[in-house]
Amino acid sequence: MAFLELDGLVKRYGDFTAVAECSLSVAQGEFVCLLGPSGCGKTTTLQMVAGFTAPTQGRIVLDGRDITAVKPNQRGLGIVFQSYALFPHMTVANNVAFGLEMKGVPADKRRRQVAETLELVHLAPFAARYPKELSGGQRQRVALARALVIQPPVLLLDEPMGALDAKLREDMQIELRALQRRVGITTIMVTHDQGEAMTLADRVVLMNKGRIEQLGRPFEMYEQPNGRFSSTFLGKANVFEGVCEGGGVRVGELPLPCEVGAAAGSIDYIVRPEKLAFANGSALVRGRVEARVFLGNHWLFQVATPLGTMQLTEANAGLPAVAEGDEVGLTWRAEHVRVVPRGA
Amino acid sequence: MNDERNLLPYWLSAPGTLAMLAFVALPLVLTLGLSLYPFVPGTGVGEGLTATHYLDIARDEYFHTIFARTFGMALLVTAICVLIGVPEAYVLSRLSPRWRAASMVVVLGPLLISVVVRTLGWALLLGNEGVINKALLALGLISEPIKMMFTFTGVVVALVHVLVPFMVLAVWASLQKLDAATEQAAASLGAGPPTVLARIVFPQVIPGVLSGGLIVFALAASAFATPAIIGGRRLKVVPTTIYDEFLGNLNWPLGAALAAVLLVIVLAVSLGANRFVERRWKQVFQ
Repeated sequence: MAFLELDGLVKRYGDFTAVAECSLSVAQGEFVCLLGPSGCGKTTTLQMVAGFTAPTQGRIVLDGRDITAVKPNQRGLGIVFQSYALFPHMTVANNVAFGLEMKGVPADKRRRQVAETLELVHLAPFAARYPKELSGGQRQRVALARALVIQPPVLLLDEPMGALDAKLREDMQIELRALQRRVGITTIMVTHDQGEAMTLADRVVLMNKGRIEQLGRPFEMYEQPNGRFSSTFLGKANVFEGVCEGGGVRVGELPLPCEVGAAAGSIDYIVRPEKLAFANGSALVRGRVEARVFLGNHWLFQVATPLGTMQLTEANAGLPAVAEGDEVGLTWRAEHVRVVPRGA
Repeated sequence: MNDERNLLPYWLSAPGTLAMLAFVALPLVLTLGLSLYPFVPGTGVGEGLTATHYLDIARDEYFHTIFARTFGMALLVTAICVLIGVPEAYVLSRLSPRWRAASMVVVLGPLLISVVVRTLGWALLLGNEGVINKALLALGLISEPIKMMFTFTGVVVALVHVLVPFMVLAVWASLQKLDAATEQAAASLGAGPPTVLARIVFPQVIPGVLSGGLIVFALAASAFATPAIIGGRRLKVVPTTIYDEFLGNLNWPLGAALAAVLLVIVLAVSLGANRFVERRWKQVFQ
């Protein structure tokens, strides 16, 4: 039995469907990321779990108890908001203590727990400060401490890194991951950043247009995307429309390699840029290098081929031999190709 | 560089500055000057300079009562306006856009009608032969009409009605800047709606309550029409006393002195309250 169960959640606003169908089982201690473009229904789903939005249909079951109709202030979940929503008129310590106060925890015990939690997020020296006197990263940690101090069964994070700059975001991601492991708290995070989802989550729930598109561990999902959307939202991909017949795949008139077992019919032929290589001898396709971009740890090549523009990445091991304007051959291996039936 | 300073802002603000000087500063100086002349019964304003009027105001029980009544009334009206105006503004801000527009018209509508007309309306309601008393008598709830005209309560009720829109507007402006997620955050931490309102929303709209309170207090302390009509001659406040001194007793210098004292007290209370509140809740004032 899952610890947190979302059972057929639907949310409609009049004619507009925000969440068409969302069913999800979360195990205790698991870190799940709801990932998707804006408007995919991930935030609405989180709001329903938090209790701020009532689902049109479906149930939410937490630890065997149906909490669908329970008010947010009775659910006892820890929530970190995108804006952090710190109480500007209270000190850091009072912000963190608020939840304990609401639970009726006596003052001396409250002080001790607040101190411990601030210690956990490395904010002990800032207890007497006001939110305005803190940096973005510090505010986020106050929000985290405020949510964790009440020892909630589930921690909900709504785009918690959205307001941080890139460098700080990476640091905070690693810190958050470590903290979540240490506390062992079941966590659901909403994000539109695929890198963030892959860094943090045990499992990624990829959503699109109000539905779950794909669900899985980050590595599996990256290696085995189940379609055009998954492959291009999570990482980069070369995707071509083709046909599968007689065990072989053709894109346009060109036969391309794939592992056996693909179902006949129209398909998406997906291969990741880092799986492509320049061919010395026989190439699968030939083309002309349109652009060569240096991206730090790797090089990105855009190659115009008869199939369309293909992307190829290569680890940075000095200046590459291939330059813009060169005629090149491209090759890849059948086991690195995903063939997915189209329209499924 | 300094010589080439742009003079345009000064030119642009000149008309406003001149109008302020001519219509606000100058009359104030004249009033202050007038309050220092002696009063000669029969003739009016006499020769020479004297502080007698201020000494009279400081010594005479009669004036003490009037000042105490005026500021007691203003404070009470301000307090009631906070109690009514803050929840009203909060409810307004939570309505759907269509209802909000309609409700705003209802809230602000009274401001479109002259204070005198609104107050006369209250007189119709509050009088011994007024709507409220007649209704209560007809229902048999009372046997004698309740005296509401020419009472402190009557004036306070009418003033609150006149002034509460100013409080609503000021608090409304503050609510616009409130992050709604702070309310959700408080709810997620176990706070019920009353706690959220008292502990989370109210402290964050303190700047609006302060500016609304200052407006209401100053207008209540200097209100003339409402106390004159509802309070009448028996329930004098400072502004009606000034009126009587000027036009009844023709003691212009005493009236001017009363006006000066009223102004100074209103200013002192306002500045004091402002400083106190800004210091006490300094985190919510940027």
